[in-house]
Amino acid sequence: MQIAEGVSVPAKCWSCGHEVADGAPFCISCGKVQPPQQANYFAMFGLPPKLDLDVQTLEKQFYRYSRKLHPDLHARASQQEQEWSLTQASLLNDAYRTLKNPLDRTKYLLRLEGVELEDARQLNPSKVPADLLEEVFELNMQLEELRQNQKMGEDDPQLRRDLEAAKNQFAGQLTELDQQMRSRWTAWDAAWEQNDEAKKAASKDAMTALLQRRSYLQNLVRDVDETLGRS
Amino acid sequence: MADERVVGIDLGTTNSLVAFMQGDKPMVIPGEDGLNLVPSVVALNPARPGTLVGNAARITLITAPEKAIYSVKRLMGRGVEDVTEELKFFPFRLVDDIQPGEVLRIRLGDTEFTPPEISAHILRQLKRNAERYFGAPVTQAVVTVPAYFNDAQRQATKDAGRMAGLEVLRLVNEPTAAALAYGLDRQKEGIIAVYDFGGGTFDVSILKLHEGIFEVIATNGDTHLGGDDIDNLLIAIALDDLAGDAGMDVRRQPEAIQAIRKAVIEAKIALSSEPVAQFDIELPHGGRYQREIFREQFEQLIEPVIARTIAPCRDALRDANLTPDQIDEVVLVGGSTRIPAVQRLVSDVFELPRRGKQSRTELNPDEVVALGAAVQANILGGGSKATEDMLLLDVTPLSLGIEALGGVVAKIIQRNSTIPASASESFTTGVDGQTNVAIHVLQGEREMAKDCRSLARFDLKGIPPMSAGLPRIEVKFLIDANGILHVSALELRSGKQAEVSVKPAYGLTDEQVESMILESFDHAEEDIHLRQLVEARNDADTILNALEKAPLSPAWQLLEPDERAKIGALSVELAALKQGDDLQALRAGTEALDKATHRFAELMMDAAVSSAIKGQTMQSADDKLGEGPAAPHPIAQAEFH
Repeated sequence: MQIAEGVSVPAKCWSCGHEVADGAPFCISCGKVQPPQQANYFAMFGLPPKLDLDVQTLEKQFYRYSRKLHPDLHARASQQEQEWSLTQASLLNDAYRTLKNPLDRTKYLLRLEGVELEDARQLNPSKVPADLLEEVFELNMQLEELRQNQKMGEDDPQLRRDLEAAKNQFAGQLTELDQQMRSRWTAWDAAWEQNDEAKKAASKDAMTALLQRRSYLQNLVRDVDETLGRS
Repeated sequence: MADERVVGIDLGTTNSLVAFMQGDKPMVIPGEDGLNLVPSVVALNPARPGTLVGNAARITLITAPEKAIYSVKRLMGRGVEDVTEELKFFPFRLVDDIQPGEVLRIRLGDTEFTPPEISAHILRQLKRNAERYFGAPVTQAVVTVPAYFNDAQRQATKDAGRMAGLEVLRLVNEPTAAALAYGLDRQKEGIIAVYDFGGGTFDVSILKLHEGIFEVIATNGDTHLGGDDIDNLLIAIALDDLAGDAGMDVRRQPEAIQAIRKAVIEAKIALSSEPVAQFDIELPHGGRYQREIFREQFEQLIEPVIARTIAPCRDALRDANLTPDQIDEVVLVGGSTRIPAVQRLVSDVFELPRRGKQSRTELNPDEVVALGAAVQANILGGGSKATEDMLLLDVTPLSLGIEALGGVVAKIIQRNSTIPASASESFTTGVDGQTNVAIHVLQGEREMAKDCRSLARFDLKGIPPMSAGLPRIEVKFLIDANGILHVSALELRSGKQAEVSVKPAYGLTDEQVESMILESFDHAEEDIHLRQLVEARNDADTILNALEKAPLSPAWQLLEPDERAKIGALSVELAALKQGDDLQALRAGTEALDKATHRFAELMMDAAVSSAIKGQTMQSADDKLGEGPAAPHPIAQAEFH
């Protein structure tokens, strides 16, 4: 699923023969739903693969497209058109859901760009970012202690307070990371516009590292929440 | 039959309704008894083979409870292991040998029915009511389901439609349907919450309304929480009283329990408007039970039940990322929202009084879901001026996942995703030459597969033999606009469509559904023709009978001689047509006579009005007209299309 670069042969609408842009879900001339193609969420909305996008404009576009693609509006069309409408509407919904969420949007773009992101649940513990190592180690010790306490039916209020504090500190780092991610977007968008492969690659690496760090922090926060919540 | 009407059906736990859009307004179609609500009760007909539905079946519930069933919606799409709780409170007589994962079977008299079959009987009754009303066949419908219904429950509802001879064009979530009915009268903008507390289910949905788009943001609920639970609390009190004070244990007397149930429901309803209500029950096997219950006692009693609606409301708000004060309006749906304590609870949860707001109840909470279904039916049927900008974007209430290694669930479509929604997952083999891969699909929010609802187990078959890990089978999961899952698979290396065989849990196979299609459907065409003919004859009779008395009316003398002659000739012609069975000719004859008598009818109206002015009562004027005061045309005909 590479983003189409250069010129592609324009497709024609099956119904009226008008030209249909690559990935466009319906014909701009006659409004008929087009057969689904290999989906690219950006192309679906007629957007370039850039990250700093305006969610309100996206929403408007989503509503506009929904009025063209939703199966309710094709309930009386041919069986074939009903199937296309179902597939296209599901792609539209998937695309909107992914693109409106900053994190999902970033991950999606990276996957399009061939980056293999690790499943957040199965992060390799040996790849903990170096500067987090010490804190992660200590936090895990404390969590283990708390779990032991819980097993014995004991409670250590100080330990709980420490864990809460550590969690809040990590949550704060998460917010910071999200700020940093915004500036990475700008870098990517600029590199994409200049079609600068080196800058694009650098930007991808930076975003991937950020995402990975984010996943670690998020898992830590979740672990603390789960363990604290259990007692 | 391109212009065939699509009806909207609310298939409720306690009552069911059918509605359609008349012009720009949705309206409920009454049954033969003139009532809008059809109780969701099915009974074996004591007189002849077949079933009774609705009010007719309610009597059997008390006289021969083993031959009747109510609240069957609680059993739709469920397995025997899900319903142990229900069986404590509901007199469902399940067949003994049902295995976990199998569809339930219920005994009525000597016959066994699955829950979709019982529902099909209710749907068929609604279909007939609509056909009677239109004088034309009805084969397509929009049917509502609780928003929190899972895939199996939705599939069971769709199957019931098919058995009843109805193509279910869309399953619509009940709270969303209610929002459609509310949103019709004026273009609304903003965020609304729909609190839908019915007979057996509770739903809450949060929607964003924008330029005719109804976008559901979050939904939550409990498919086993409703007015039934309140009734059961009251029944338990009555049974305790009887066992304790009167020393009468009627727990094993279904007739007595049904008599008590009827009385407590009446008391419950009374307590919504009165401070105190009485139970006064003649027990079928002798004895009488009387008790008073005050509203305060009642409210204390039901507090734990209604409090269970709070958490779903909070969860829906959290999922929507909203605080209560961001909700512009709260719409109340379902009979249980008539209880003042429920209304107070809603006001508290959504902080309405503080913001000077009140929840909305203008539309009858028993009918609003059916009215909304009619609106959606109109949209699907091609739309009209009233609905042209309206579009419903609903969500899936539960996350969809696949069982991964260690019994953990990997979520592939999150709850509250707009539907239709899809996800693709890649699978591979673990052993050289392996040609099958088993996949277990689940629905629910819990981490472990054993805590989620098993939807189906798929076998991907016919994978070309390759080394382990080499095949890449892409499985596509698609949740359609009804909230029902579809699965397809492709082996990417060979490009071969892998075969997916779906074994639905608690569901029926296509063949089973086919075999359960209600028998009369085979004769549906004939039935309809016959019924239409009978109705057309009745219509002809009405007009001919009215004309018999015409010469006695002073208005008759005011007609021109040739008008009288024409009416006479057409009457003779119609009387002859009535004997035959040419439906079209009969309708045309009735219509011609109706037209010819139009001026006569007007004159009669004028006469009636002027005699009323002369000091006669409206009642005697009515007698002369032979019709109710609301009829503008004393021999007005039903419209034909």
